[in-house]
Amino acid sequence: MLDADFFRRWMTATAASVDREAERLTALDSPIGDADHGSNLQRGFTAVVATLEKEAPDTPGAVLMLAGRQLVSTVGGASGPLYGTLLRRTGKALGDAAEVTEEQFTDALRTGIDAVMALGGAVPGDATMIDALVPAVDALADSFGAAKTAAEEGAVATTPLQARKGRASYLGERSIGHQDPGATSSALLIAALLEAAGE
Amino acid sequence: MKMLINVAETVVADALRGMAAAHPELTVDVENRVIVRRDAPVAGKVGLVSGGGSGHEPLHGGFVGPGMLSAACPGEVFTSPVPDQMVRAAAAVDSGAGVLFIVKNYTGDVLNFDMAAELAEEEGIQIAKVLVNDDVAVTDSLYTAGRRGTGATLFVEKIAGAAAEEGAPLERVQALARQVNENSRSFGVALSACTTPAKGSPTFDLPPGELELGVGIHGEPGRERRAMMTSSEIADFSVHAILEDMNPRNPVLLLVNGMGATPLLELYGYNAEVQRLLGERGVPVARTLVGNYVTSLDMAGASVTLCQVDEELLRLWDAPVKTPGLRWGV
Repeated sequence: MLDADFFRRWMTATAASVDREAERLTALDSPIGDADHGSNLQRGFTAVVATLEKEAPDTPGAVLMLAGRQLVSTVGGASGPLYGTLLRRTGKALGDAAEVTEEQFTDALRTGIDAVMALGGAVPGDATMIDALVPAVDALADSFGAAKTAAEEGAVATTPLQARKGRASYLGERSIGHQDPGATSSALLIAALLEAAGE
Repeated sequence: MKMLINVAETVVADALRGMAAAHPELTVDVENRVIVRRDAPVAGKVGLVSGGGSGHEPLHGGFVGPGMLSAACPGEVFTSPVPDQMVRAAAAVDSGAGVLFIVKNYTGDVLNFDMAAELAEEEGIQIAKVLVNDDVAVTDSLYTAGRRGTGATLFVEKIAGAAAEEGAPLERVQALARQVNENSRSFGVALSACTTPAKGSPTFDLPPGELELGVGIHGEPGRERRAMMTSSEIADFSVHAILEDMNPRNPVLLLVNGMGATPLLELYGYNAEVQRLLGERGVPVARTLVGNYVTSLDMAGASVTLCQVDEELLRLWDAPVKTPGLRWGV
């Protein structure tokens, strides 16, 4: 069973990993975007950790909804609403249970990903965060480790794709050959699940 | 890259403190990042709120004041502001007549303004939106996020602002804003990339002997790269790209806009070439604006924007405006 503490650890581990990888995310965003993906997410997840400490929400759903709201309020750009919606809608789907099963979390995450697709209009293959998240949630039934691997492979697999959403799409064919920064940060988020589980 | 800053993290806040000191006619909330004209809300007047990433100054904060925007929300450099800022701005300027959000067509701006519109409406503020998407360099709109909002934003903010100042209702202000956008087209070129404070090095790599055609205003590369051309050749390429997409029957407003690091001397020379070409193509120019208005940090280059106007739009363009970045008739 996964409790509020598990989801708090998930957010803390994500923040630490975004901190470590901020420069790499920004470097990926430089040739096809505007070189700020790392710093924007860093600002957002730092604020998430601070607000979770301050407000101490006590259910899994409340943790993720608060984290999502905080991202919307601090990140800006497209990443703020997209990541914010992912966590908010996942949290909302978890309801107010004190603990949830891994199956319940998988279903809720799928709801969150669907909401991101509806908001941003991206589908798999558009070279966006969806390309890491969809394979990850499909693999989540096996294990957190399998989800991590699937997300990382999904992110790498955006390299030969032409971006069809977001700022990289303006480059047309010139976006081919670059790993998508959003898919890369999504893989960090999924990998942090493994850390939160202490596996 | 040397910059006249303290640290990258405080660039936006520092600029806002400086704006507050320079412009007592504006209320600048540095902490919440909202710039509002001091007399807001003006009784019975529709509010105009715009915003976007910082780095395009004087857009948008420099266009706050009588005859133009009621408020602006600056985001981080090249990053859309957040919904909280927009809701705060809407609440500050709403007199009960409603608020028009002027949104440049970038994924981040669109998503954040959409969320803000929902939240503001929950607070009882009537919101209308207009999307600015004038950049003809983006051809394959079906498979991208669509055309970008660039120079036409200035025309939309000025003309809609004049209508609101005269007391036009929200529906009318929105219709005029849409009319301006639909009749506007832009094309930009970069002679150098720009450098964001957070990164400290150029956002893309443009060799010294080359230029980027069809560039956006965020340091994102454009549609094509060529060996450096003369002002006359660049004007020819840009005007041709615009007139392939519009066929003005009425006179146009012309904006020859610097990207930030191109001297006025060069911009006026470029304007001469653009006007010569428009003359040859039989496009009458009603008004011309030359200068740095919709910039991209320290990028060198220029964009051309044409807006086809009727008598009413021209009258609203000529109406008095009093902002830090645009001022006449007062």
